[in-house]
Amino acid sequence: MSTGKILGSIAIMAVTTYLIRMLPMAIFRKKIENPFVKSFLNYVPYAVLAAMTFPGILGSTGSTASAAIGCAVAVGLAYFGKSLLTVALGASAAVFIVQLIGL
Amino acid sequence: MKKEEFLQGIRHGIPICLGYFSVSFAFGMMAVIQGLPLWAAVLISLTNLTSAGQFAGLNLILSGGSAVELMMTTFIINIRYFLMSLSISQKVEEKMTMKQRLAVSFGITDEIFAVGMQYPKALNACYMAGLICTPVLGWTLGTLCGGAITSLMPQSLTNALGIALYGMFIAIIIPPARKSKAVLFTVALAILMSCIFTYVPSFSFLTGGWGIIVITLAVSAIAAWLFPVKEEDKEEESV
Repeated sequence: MSTGKILGSIAIMAVTTYLIRMLPMAIFRKKIENPFVKSFLNYVPYAVLAAMTFPGILGSTGSTASAAIGCAVAVGLAYFGKSLLTVALGASAAVFIVQLIGL
Repeated sequence: MKKEEFLQGIRHGIPICLGYFSVSFAFGMMAVIQGLPLWAAVLISLTNLTSAGQFAGLNLILSGGSAVELMMTTFIINIRYFLMSLSISQKVEEKMTMKQRLAVSFGITDEIFAVGMQYPKALNACYMAGLICTPVLGWTLGTLCGGAITSLMPQSLTNALGIALYGMFIAIIIPPARKSKAVLFTVALAILMSCIFTYVPSFSFLTGGWGIIVITLAVSAIAAWLFPVKEEDKEEESV
């Protein structure tokens, strides 16, 4: 594979990704006042994060069983209001232990 | 004050940085094992800062996909950033300059967006600079280390860290879902639709980036229609 082709491919990916991120920030410089749009944008984070997490989380480790247990631990810790780092590392630790036991 | 906000951004970026390190470590390993030069893998991470888009792009580059294919795939997988950027554009200080906007938008990823939207005040450029720079460092260094070391890390550790970012998402959506019926409804409907799109074969054309877009648009619109947010009680339940 030639260096030129690689650089060209990387440029295509980088520019496409940047334009998607940049255009809304550059265009919508004033606060939007429409109540529906404001409510809509208020719910966007929850909808997008929930959809990305489930069921994707089940395939994020070596096995569905360890992922399911890690997920349960994360939900439990989050339910009791633990910090982002605690929840993330708690879930990872649970997965690690489950794998050690050999599920 | 400015320095404090920058440092606060750095602090808030640390969990993202750790999660990114493990994911991009895997990216670096995959890229180098499959034959991409290490510098190219690192350059992809530094300039793209996106996981799914990079993995898909890597496959296309290695299989000799066309430029149009590469652009379309990147576009579809990453189009969700458009909505995130739109949300962020409403949360940054109105006085943020165009240059700052152009710089900040480079760093809008799922995780930086998620943490940014949790910030109690309007987002300013200093905080965002801090919040973006630690994850960029983790993402780029992870790729470098993964590519350089390739297979020294035990599989069980990579597997365990694979769930870290999802854990972070869960930590972001669960507490507000406990407090607000509207958020609980949004989360539940999004999960339901996401599972249907994943497991029901007739929706298989909506996998990847499009599924997330359709779900985000539909669920946020339904939630906004059922539970309009009033000025005074933002973030609170409205019914």
